Amino acid sequence: MRGDVLVIGWGNPGRGDDGLGPACVEALARRAPVGVRFEQDYQLQPEHAADVAQARLVVFVDAACDAPAAVYVEPVAPRPASGFTTHGLAPAALLEIARGAFGAQPAAWIVGIRGSCFEPFREELSPEARDNLGRAVGFLDAVLAADDPAEELERAARCGVPTASAAAGGEGR
Amino acid sequence: MSGSTRRLVIEPVTRVEGHGKVTILLDERQRVREARLHIVEFRGFERFVQGRPFWEVPVLVQRLCGICPVSHHLAASKAMDRIAGVDRLSPTAEKIRRLMHMGQIFQSHALHFFHLASPDLLFGFDADPSVRNVIGVARHHPELARQGVLMRKFGQEVIRATGGKRVHAIVAVPGGVNRSLDPADRERLRAEVPRMMTWAEDAVALARDYTLEHLEQLEEFGSFPSNHLGLVTADGDLELYDGLLRAIGEDGATLFDGVQNERYAELLAEEVRPWSYMKFPFIRSLGPERGWYRVGPLARLNVCRRIPTPRAEQARRAFFDALGGAPCHVTMAYHWARMIETLHAIEQIERLLDDPDIVGDDLLREGERRDEAVGVIEAPRGTLFHHYRVDANDQVVMANLIVSTTSNNEPMNRAVRQVAERHLAGRTEIDDGLLNHVEVAIRAYDPCLSCATHALGRMPLEVELRGADGALLDRRTRD
Repeated sequence: MRGDVLVIGWGNPGRGDDGLGPACVEALARRAPVGVRFEQDYQLQPEHAADVAQARLVVFVDAACDAPAAVYVEPVAPRPASGFTTHGLAPAALLEIARGAFGAQPAAWIVGIRGSCFEPFREELSPEARDNLGRAVGFLDAVLAADDPAEELERAARCGVPTASAAAGGEGR
Repeated sequence: MSGSTRRLVIEPVTRVEGHGKVTILLDERQRVREARLHIVEFRGFERFVQGRPFWEVPVLVQRLCGICPVSHHLAASKAMDRIAGVDRLSPTAEKIRRLMHMGQIFQSHALHFFHLASPDLLFGFDADPSVRNVIGVARHHPELARQGVLMRKFGQEVIRATGGKRVHAIVAVPGGVNRSLDPADRERLRAEVPRMMTWAEDAVALARDYTLEHLEQLEEFGSFPSNHLGLVTADGDLELYDGLLRAIGEDGATLFDGVQNERYAELLAEEVRPWSYMKFPFIRSLGPERGWYRVGPLARLNVCRRIPTPRAEQARRAFFDALGGAPCHVTMAYHWARMIETLHAIEQIERLLDDPDIVGDDLLREGERRDEAVGVIEAPRGTLFHHYRVDANDQVVMANLIVSTTSNNEPMNRAVRQVAERHLAGRTEIDDGLLNHVEVAIRAYDPCLSCATHALGRMPLEVELRGADGALLDRRTRD
């Protein structure tokens, strides 16, 4: 499945490793893979549902604390997540809006990148986060170059890549 | 329960930007003595920015908040223009900034109305919170949800087109801007304007119809007379980017008018209360007891004499015709006022996109360096003040910010107190109804608590009820 892929990274680069999502998207976008759109923002917000609705495959890229691995992959499905505010939507809630408002339900995966320092007003990534970013970019480069990125993500999630649902919500930092 | 005062605490108020905590204090007779919306984190931005070169500040302040970085970017830029000795930008620079600002107003108001407020309006204040949210709107009113998403997205696209990117956009620099609008972006945005205009007018009608159908209930809900503050032109027109300060009293009488931004500290002061990191601004001449004021869409409509775009002006006239003239003190009328401003924003965007200056190349001005300056802007949530002093090494040595939500601090406390009094009526338990009403009252102000306290991340908000002796009677949390 090539084409119609959306990679969306979010976080605040002014808050240390919280900027891992945007940093990953910037690095991937420089390679300009065919058929892939990139978005980055401070938080996931309702308007991203319009972007999600136009994709067949969505990859959410976010920093994670307390993650079991440097980089992990897990599937995400629409869910009427309670407890969110629009200060930042969780990927599952965003997918639910895309389904409700646009009738779209793309396949979706979360790629979490472990960070360790989320201090405000810290512009650079920590050394550990930089290493983890490199691994994530390398991994996603390969995924996006594959004939079927979704299959690659599924394999990564299945074959020993740890999942960390607690860290994957996008708000739990 | 011994002692003379009891206390109720409610947290969190959901669907405000960030979270807060509400404490309701009762007296010996179980009547509400005081309500306090308070915050538990403090970010200390004013201290952080000290020692940084002044030209970095417009970029740094975007870290204040991921919700309204554009407003801080532009308010700081206006201050730094003056530090750089520039009192008048080139036409292209000013119009690029105005376009960015109108994009911010449009997207922020759309987000609030469609995704934060509309669930209360569509499902009722007392509907199940698990349904009364944006996902409930998407499920039960998909066309409305779709419009809200696409209006918000359009506003964000305006910001992206002017700033180059969404995260840490850099367009305004001291003395001007570093880019003009790409002609291709101009045409792309122009093509969307008619649809956005129609939807904005529809949203005004939705807010109007809701307000008028429920007016009897809304007039009593969290409403009270107050002073109002906002920016206007020298002629008294609504002015969101670069106006003069005007304040009116609860009877509509002018308290001050035509005040240059630099004089804000002569007229306004901030009270510190030991239980909150958020300050309490007030008009000096009236003192803290009588000088507190409201800002934001309702206040702006109250202080202006006209809106300088035809559709929004027509809507403004209908607003005051229906609500008994200015000033209007109905807190829930903030929603209607917010949609009138959304209509004004898209009218302004249309004008600016049609203006040849918007793709010009005269971007920067220079002047004689100053040591101190103030930048004031009407952010979506209200008047936003940035005040800086800079030393001979170009480093910031003082910063003071009054953010919109801080100005609405006292009004939000009063709104909570009013709804709590009506709801509790002598009871000492927090039920879903009280939680719902406290949420709705606070949400009318569209507060950004993260910004107001300079705190990032999640801030769970509780509601507590405490007795006359300070003892906790009840506590409820709603995530």
